[in-house]
Amino acid sequence: MSILAILEQRDGVLHRMSLETLAAAQQWGAELNVPVFAALLGPGVDAAAQSIAAYKLERIHTIDHDLLNDYTPDGYLAALKPLIEQHKPRYVVFPHTYQVRDFAPALATALDRVLVSDVISHRVENGALILTRQFFQGKINADVSFEGEAPYFASIQAGAFRADTLQPGSAAIEKTTPDIKPEQIRSKPSERFRESQRAVDLTAADLIVSVGRGIRDAENIPIVEKLAAALGAELAASRPICDAGWLPMERQVGSSGQTVAPKLYLAVGISGAIQHLVGIKGSKTIVAINKDPEAPIFEVADYGIVGDLFEVVPALIEALQKK
Amino acid sequence: MKIVVAIKRVPARDSQLKINSTASGIEESDLSWEINEPDAYALEAGLQLRDRVSGEVIVLCAGPEAATQSIREALAKGADRAIHIETTSSLTADPLTLAGMMAKALESEKPDLILTGLQSDDLGYGQTGVILAQRMGLPHATLIMNIEPAGTGIQVKRELEDGWFQNVDLPLPALLTIQSGATRLRYATLMGIKKAKTKEIRRVAASDVNDPAAPRIRINCISLPEKTKHSQIFDGPAKESAAKLVDKLRFEARVL
Repeated sequence: MSILAILEQRDGVLHRMSLETLAAAQQWGAELNVPVFAALLGPGVDAAAQSIAAYKLERIHTIDHDLLNDYTPDGYLAALKPLIEQHKPRYVVFPHTYQVRDFAPALATALDRVLVSDVISHRVENGALILTRQFFQGKINADVSFEGEAPYFASIQAGAFRADTLQPGSAAIEKTTPDIKPEQIRSKPSERFRESQRAVDLTAADLIVSVGRGIRDAENIPIVEKLAAALGAELAASRPICDAGWLPMERQVGSSGQTVAPKLYLAVGISGAIQHLVGIKGSKTIVAINKDPEAPIFEVADYGIVGDLFEVVPALIEALQKK
Repeated sequence: MKIVVAIKRVPARDSQLKINSTASGIEESDLSWEINEPDAYALEAGLQLRDRVSGEVIVLCAGPEAATQSIREALAKGADRAIHIETTSSLTADPLTLAGMMAKALESEKPDLILTGLQSDDLGYGQTGVILAQRMGLPHATLIMNIEPAGTGIQVKRELEDGWFQNVDLPLPALLTIQSGATRLRYATLMGIKKAKTKEIRRVAASDVNDPAAPRIRINCISLPEKTKHSQIFDGPAKESAAKLVDKLRFEARVL
């Protein structure tokens, strides 16, 4: 019995969520009293494996092959399915990255299992894990247990476990060259690219005013611009605002935009879908203004105003201008 | 090109959700419903592609009888016909069970392309599309922003993390999950709404396509999330709340 953490790396550098996933695997391993293994794939695996070799792990599997040089779901499936079949881990755990979302459901399906995706916490009952994940974009928590035989698959949400809890130790590294055939790879990825250089660096901002769907119309954007100006803050937005073209993409905060860590993050009309919350977790103080008292943003807010932003924001500007 | 678009009916975005008495799900009776927003973008991508290369768009929806409303809405926007897998609830099946039913319902269709949203706004597993591809033996790509016909296949623009993108070439048939927001959604026209009433909806009983295999996961219970922080919430008149907040930010949090 064991836990296998399948981590993400690129050219020898771990994805920032990989260590959090490793921390989750270690905690589960300690609570279930089972050893933890890690697996890394693709070019750069040796350097990536070295970077986790001083943690308490039973073994690190490094998997490399010419056909893994560019990520494809087919290639990853061909590499990982035999590893799982051979080593028979009880739990297989991934970071919930875009790449994992692309291949892990297919991998679980190929083994006739369901991946419990985007897990935020866990507990152990009768020697088995019960995992909590969120429904309705964070409005409801669901406790999920596995049925039938192992392996059991789960992916871990960004920020749910802390990398600084990792236990030191030493890990043996075992190289594997999987048997992948060119005809198994059906998709052909091209080089990665960026559309434009980011002119706005929100990651360095001390104060951020961020706007979401609650603003209702492009015409209303000046209301939050005024608030940002009154505070001397950068203006940011949730994804729908940038998708609609009401603010440029470079001002988007969240899993598909920038990850920010200001002293003050003031969220106006943002409900707090998880894709947004993962981008603001590092903020020192979070303030939410929303008309819905049940909005998930209030769960992470230090201060909140429940009310109509079209009344609250002008009142706030007025209060800020009074010394 | 024969394009299937899988859509889901979900509670409207601002719904006040109530947990049912057995904590097994939410009260579904008083909710208003809409097409899952990412699926609406998948439908739009499908309609745009069909309008360019010709062919048909078939809407696939698993849900209770009331989901007919969402199916009619998709037909009114321009889908050509629909397949409705009739289930008792929108919210119970795990993604493997759901995708298994969809795969069976599509066996006779042999589509060239299957599109769906990247995730549902209700259960949010973000997996049904990928599982459906795996079940049907199709190549797939997720988080797609754009689809271009390319020779006998397609080239898609895929969103990666941190502002990166990648073009991927895929042979057909294939499955794509569509990223929200990449394009404008069309509205149904009056003519479209009229026409939708005469368009074919093939109804499939869930029991005819359900895989009798035991489920692999079980929802034990649902609950409202506990607050991770001790929040101070002001809900009085706007002016009063604003003044209190500014005071707290200046003298307690000391961030101004």
